[in-house]
Amino acid sequence: MKLPPFQALLDEHRADIYRFCVATVGPAEADDCFQETWISALRAYPNLRRGDNLRAWLFRIAQNKSIDLHRARGRRAVPVGAVPERPTTSPTDADPELWERVRDLPTKQRTAVFCRSVLGMPYDELAVLLESSEDAARRNVHEGLKRLKEELS
Amino acid sequence: MNDIEMTLKNAALDLPTETPDLTRRAEAEGLIDVAYASVDSPLGPLVVAATPKGLVRVSYTEFRGEDEVLEELARRVSPRVLAAPARLDPVRRELDEYFEGRREDFDVPIDWSYLAGFTREVLRATARIGFGEVSSYAGVAAEAGSPRAVRAAGNALGSNPMPVVVPCHRVLRSGGKLGGYTGGLERKEFLLRLEGALL
Repeated sequence: MKLPPFQALLDEHRADIYRFCVATVGPAEADDCFQETWISALRAYPNLRRGDNLRAWLFRIAQNKSIDLHRARGRRAVPVGAVPERPTTSPTDADPELWERVRDLPTKQRTAVFCRSVLGMPYDELAVLLESSEDAARRNVHEGLKRLKEELS
Repeated sequence: MNDIEMTLKNAALDLPTETPDLTRRAEAEGLIDVAYASVDSPLGPLVVAATPKGLVRVSYTEFRGEDEVLEELARRVSPRVLAAPARLDPVRRELDEYFEGRREDFDVPIDWSYLAGFTREVLRATARIGFGEVSSYAGVAAEAGSPRAVRAAGNALGSNPMPVVVPCHRVLRSGGKLGGYTGGLERKEFLLRLEGALL
């Protein structure tokens, strides 16, 4: 079994992983999401049994980190009754409205929409990432996009 | 559905791609099994790589591409190969001093653990040949404990993963002919001239 040097993986996917983090957890926590993802990947890498589907493996780790960060965000949420405050967005977040909607999607839809629409990931790869069937992967993309379309129109 | 996908794709172009540094944290957590860097030298660029125990690789980039060397390290040592130039600073400094004629011996530790058997013995014997001195294939074979394994000694030297630092350029054919050199004979001549072993 042959694994490429970790640096090659990093060079190829670092920008996309970072964009995924910004899109799915927001600019304020993107750096954390990015670092946690790569450090986890690096820790697990030598024990990986297969060298194919490395991109799907990386994005699955990133998705799991994004869930952790979402939970942390939930715990910090304002108590019921208080005036809801919109999360502050940094100037790097070019379309805050759109990405906020993406962030509000259920986890799998969020991942599916980003990986399909932004990265053009094939459905078989997306299925590996989501640990689902290809049909389920398709449905996640479809449902996610439908919901975004409704909310943005 | 296409318009929303288009919107996402376009909006994604404006997402930042400048990513935070990872090396410091990976290093702090002891997750870099092989650190590497590119180092300039009068013999062209070199890739140098080290484990936490010491140097494992020096390679002439013009002779063998960096990607190929990194793949070899991933296979032979560990796939946790990362660019971490700071960790190679001592090697870089010693190489600079050597090429400027200000250093005769390398003091950086060498990690011998990825070399085995006769190859390791031959290369360790080679590492004991001093600056400006030369030996022969038969000489290092004998030093390595098998005087008759001259050809095997030649093969071991040809596979030297740390040229310059493990000075296989100091091993010549009996009778004073230069013999071979991974990286090209002109580099062997350059090194021997630098050391005053060849006029």
